Amino acid sequence: MGLLQYIGQRLLTYVAVLFIGISITFFLPRLMPNDPIDGYIAQIQSRAGQTLTPEAAAEIRATLTELYGLEGSLFTQYLNYLRRVVFGFDFGPSFSAFPRPVSELIMLALPWTLGLLLTTTVISWLLGNLIGLLAGYYHNRRFATALEVLGVLIYPIPYYILALTLILLLAYTWKLFPLSTTIRPAPLSLAQIGSILYNSALPALTLVIAGFGWNILSMKSLSVATKEEPFVTFARLKGTSDRTRMFSYVFRNALLPQVTALALSLGTIFNGALLTEMLFSYPGLGLLMRTAVGNGDYNMLYGTITMTIFAVATAALVIDLIYPLFDPRIRYR
Amino acid sequence: MKQLLRLRGAAALPVGESAEAQRGRLKLNLRLKIGLTILAFFAIASFTLPFFTDVDPAQQGTYLKNLPISWKHPLGTNTQGQSIFWYLVFAVRNSLALGITVAICISFISTMVGLSAGYIGGWYERLVMLLIDSVITIPVLPILIILSALVRGKTSFFLVGLIIVCFGWAWGARTVRSLALSLREREFVNMARFSGANTFQIITREIFPYVYAYMVVNFINTILFAINTEAALAVLGLSKVEVPTLGSILFWALNYNALFIGQRTWVIAPIVASVLLFLGLFLTSTGYNDLFAARRGRA
Repeated sequence: MGLLQYIGQRLLTYVAVLFIGISITFFLPRLMPNDPIDGYIAQIQSRAGQTLTPEAAAEIRATLTELYGLEGSLFTQYLNYLRRVVFGFDFGPSFSAFPRPVSELIMLALPWTLGLLLTTTVISWLLGNLIGLLAGYYHNRRFATALEVLGVLIYPIPYYILALTLILLLAYTWKLFPLSTTIRPAPLSLAQIGSILYNSALPALTLVIAGFGWNILSMKSLSVATKEEPFVTFARLKGTSDRTRMFSYVFRNALLPQVTALALSLGTIFNGALLTEMLFSYPGLGLLMRTAVGNGDYNMLYGTITMTIFAVATAALVIDLIYPLFDPRIRYR
Repeated sequence: MKQLLRLRGAAALPVGESAEAQRGRLKLNLRLKIGLTILAFFAIASFTLPFFTDVDPAQQGTYLKNLPISWKHPLGTNTQGQSIFWYLVFAVRNSLALGITVAICISFISTMVGLSAGYIGGWYERLVMLLIDSVITIPVLPILIILSALVRGKTSFFLVGLIIVCFGWAWGARTVRSLALSLREREFVNMARFSGANTFQIITREIFPYVYAYMVVNFINTILFAINTEAALAVLGLSKVEVPTLGSILFWALNYNALFIGQRTWVIAPIVASVLLFLGLFLTSTGYNDLFAARRGRA
């Protein structure tokens, strides 16, 4: 019964987060003083050399209003928006790639983002935690201090600085990797996979290093604290090996807060991934977002943002639901 | 936001009372020293140096273009005819000023929300927590991007700060609330209530002094978060890029392909300055956290 309650509560929060997120993306832009349609018409006017007649402008306005779903009162708009997004994942057509629907373009970009994000998050989480464990378990050795200093130095560096530094060092000074992503669409072959890996290396490295520092630092302090616990002392007196104690006693227990922390920091990780994609022109959601901003493609912006919120909330839900597997003692409040 | 997360982890850790822990403390106080030194250097340099020049650093064509490093131009001049050194000085000053202002607002809001949720409880708390959890889960950057895209051209530096405040208060509020929850049950709070103090008095006079230490650490972390977020937006050209900040200097450098025309200092100088500044803020906040932990341990 307790388990069901836990799952139910978690699902409720999930729905609430999605609802609030979608509502924010709906209402915030409408609270802004700017009218995107005015912006469009001004854009078309300047391209047409001010030859647009008022009648033609009014016609364009009516079409755009319909395409944007801006008819009726704010409340009907809101209901329509919710219905379209929830039941059809429909954000209307993209304006810069008219008439392709936004959802189709998002689905093309999504595998890139998820592939990059999943690989780098898993690598940086595992590697960071292992290094943190070593630094914490042998915390009075000299190499442990060196590892901690490494964590302190890496941790406060933001994503964009890291990305630029890597470009500066590994793509500009030593020409090991490409400056920006150029993956030609081709059927899946060994050469194509190689090209994808070659082009993804720098963005992936950025994300791994960025996630690294925090994992080292927090795992280090967690395992120092866990090592002092009575059950670890008992295990030592029982004659277990250093390795058994480090992995089965300290690591297993220090891992739990790290799982929770991962769930809570997913939003930040996603922010970093989007930023990194923009800086490397990596063909994922971030790049879609950036080109959408450049072209004033608002349908696309709403679509990508809703997708991001959906992805982050779902990932957090999955982590929370598998948490009992890591910690069988969890109390279902 | 990542910073606040780190703080939560650190605050939750038990403080071991072994000799090693004491040595660790001394080592961490070294962190505080280094951090404060870096911060003092940046603050003093960036807030006093602007008095010694009457040139607007953002003005284009003040000097000849692409001058090499010299006594007159310590970091050379860029393609727009601006002195990179002076631009950087103003950038650090503006970023710091924005960070501090935003951090003051965020600290105020998150303390009020967190304290009231933890202390009042009931359905109010549940509602606030749901809001906090949602704001934490929702990635901030895309929302900031859409807002900046909508107000582009008409945006002001102030508005960018306001947007960061709107989405930055949740982590702090969460921390303060959990602190308030544990404090609510303490004896001295009951004592104050029986003595006739009202809710406002209890929050400000009884609970606040206990939360104060965390607030200092939170405050420094929030400065880091704010500078970082503005810079990230600016690098993408979505902040007020006409105002020199640590992000906008990089935006212009990238925009003019500084690396390809051999303008290395234009890119390297802001990167080095940002890394040092962030390191200073981070070391200060963890150093303080440890100092307070040590003080609590002694009491």
